[in-house]
Amino acid sequence: MRAEGAAGLSEEAAGKETLVARARSRLWRGRWILGAASLALLATSAMTGGPVFAALAGMLFVTAVTVFLPAGGESGRTAEGPALRTAGFSTADLIGAVRDPVIVVDQQTSVVETNAAARSAFLLLEPGTLLSLRFRSPEMQRLLQHLSEAGFEGGEAEYLERVPIERLYRVFASPAGSSGLRVLVFRDRSETRRIERMRADFVANASHEMRTPLASIAGFIETLRGSARNDPAARDSFLQIMQNQTDRMARLIDDLLSLSRLEMKPLIDPDSRVDLVAVVNDVIGALAPLALDCEVAVTREFALDQAPVAGSRDELFQVFENLLQNACKYGRSGASAVVSIAEAGSAPSREFQVTVTDFGPGIAEEHIPRLTERFYRVDTNGSQKGTGLGLSIVKHILTRHNGYLSIVSELGKGSAFTVHLPAA
Amino acid sequence: MQASHIVRSYDDDLKFLANRIAAMGGHAERMVDDSIRALVNMDQVLARKVIADDAVLDEGQREIDERAILIIARRQPLAGDLRAIIGAIRIAADIERIGDLGKNIAKRVVAVSETRQPLRLFRGIEALAELTLTQLKDVLDSFATQSVDRLGLVRDRDARIDAMFTSLFRELLTYMMEDPRNITACTHLLFCAKNIERIGDHATNIAETVFYAVTGTLMPAERPKHDKSPDVVAAPKGS
Repeated sequence: MRAEGAAGLSEEAAGKETLVARARSRLWRGRWILGAASLALLATSAMTGGPVFAALAGMLFVTAVTVFLPAGGESGRTAEGPALRTAGFSTADLIGAVRDPVIVVDQQTSVVETNAAARSAFLLLEPGTLLSLRFRSPEMQRLLQHLSEAGFEGGEAEYLERVPIERLYRVFASPAGSSGLRVLVFRDRSETRRIERMRADFVANASHEMRTPLASIAGFIETLRGSARNDPAARDSFLQIMQNQTDRMARLIDDLLSLSRLEMKPLIDPDSRVDLVAVVNDVIGALAPLALDCEVAVTREFALDQAPVAGSRDELFQVFENLLQNACKYGRSGASAVVSIAEAGSAPSREFQVTVTDFGPGIAEEHIPRLTERFYRVDTNGSQKGTGLGLSIVKHILTRHNGYLSIVSELGKGSAFTVHLPAA
Repeated sequence: MQASHIVRSYDDDLKFLANRIAAMGGHAERMVDDSIRALVNMDQVLARKVIADDAVLDEGQREIDERAILIIARRQPLAGDLRAIIGAIRIAADIERIGDLGKNIAKRVVAVSETRQPLRLFRGIEALAELTLTQLKDVLDSFATQSVDRLGLVRDRDARIDAMFTSLFRELLTYMMEDPRNITACTHLLFCAKNIERIGDHATNIAETVFYAVTGTLMPAERPKHDKSPDVVAAPKGS
């Protein structure tokens, strides 16, 4: 009981103390204005010849008002002030410690502060950028409109970005105290979205692409049971075709899974480092047996010893593996392939270019822009060689790495596939 | 548009224009995306939504035109401000056209989905639309940040859109020659593809306007013409 009483007393004392302290701090903050006001009052009384005590009474009144009248926006300033002084850290440190993208804006939705997660997720977010110009989807526009009103109390919206990589965020916006600033936190929901889509895509693509080889196998089985039952030569050739078809189906499933897995992966970490020269060397080494099989001689033309980029080694390995595999498979007639690494441009847009050139039959002009499309095949009737997914996997990986693929080809001379990746 | 004026309401006027353009742009992006999804999934409900959505863009363009004229009359803007205001009028017109083209795609959904179409017909359209939407997004992002360093890629991408359209043109022609029953759907798809290609052109126009508004000079170099579809003829089989 006694302890409680003491606690109550000291709380009361603390309350009084803060009152006094607050009055003192208010007077201190208003010292210049108060000083100026008193001077002005004295001066007017002196000039007009009015009584000095009236001027003094005026001064007292103003001072009393300063001490007791509640000041607007004071709580916000005092709340931030001591935290900054004592702990010695800034709001930038605070939001920098948050893993989700955080953007602080003023009431006109102009960017005040961003954290690293926001800068790497959304490019072009310099302070001063109007957020309403940057996040244009109708849902976000509604939220931002709402946010710029005076009595905003918080809200949320979905933000869907479909190109270049599909991303979905749940955006939470709240006012930051009475400072007039608003804080937006982006929670990444892309994964759930991608799982949904992956399932739908997989079913659609797999069912569609499997139907052709399955129909052909079913047809051959029927023939083998019927008219070709006693014809060993036909049986052998049919079985060979059936085996090719099942191989193709297996490859198709592998590629579809690989593409789906890629679509599931989070964004590339901008701080990771991979050396392209090392990756390309590894790929050439790994594909040496295939090159030997296809009787293609692979030459290196490296202009650099090192080519560091931000990215995932495994994914980039897959890019060059697919390109070199194609060069071996389709460039068989040229008997050679060249892999070159060079750099182009100057900082900040310096990039590395890895080119895989084959000297095969080349690709007709009308096919070139469509090569990276899913299931697009130049050779529409036979389609024995590929699944039509290799280059779309390459394109997808490069998009994730902020890079792109360019293709140059001439019929009868060969093709060159160039990977462009921004230098780290 | 970031530099401030002595009269605060002048800044507000310019901000209003930029905000409305961005909102219109976002709306157009969504319309194009929705129209392609409606086409590929044969979703007539979504198609009707796209058609109804177009009214918002018409209204937006009217609003921007009116406000821009008022600003010119009241403030007699100079240099960068004048360019920004004239730019806003032009960009609004381009975005409104993009909306119309999206709406036109949505209108064709009913005709295309009368008969079940094979998936392969749509893959090319989807890829073309993806490239065009990337173009549109990049351009509108440049408008948002008033930065021109990424606009260099725009020309290149426009060339790729044109080349892709030409290739799609050939492909659709092949399907029509294979089977006359494909002609109805393929003709509609051909128009859809052309609309998407036009959307790419409007995006490139916006890029040129942004470049001019920001730098005061015209975007360098003539745009090369890559749409070779005028030369494409239905070649006899086996050639």
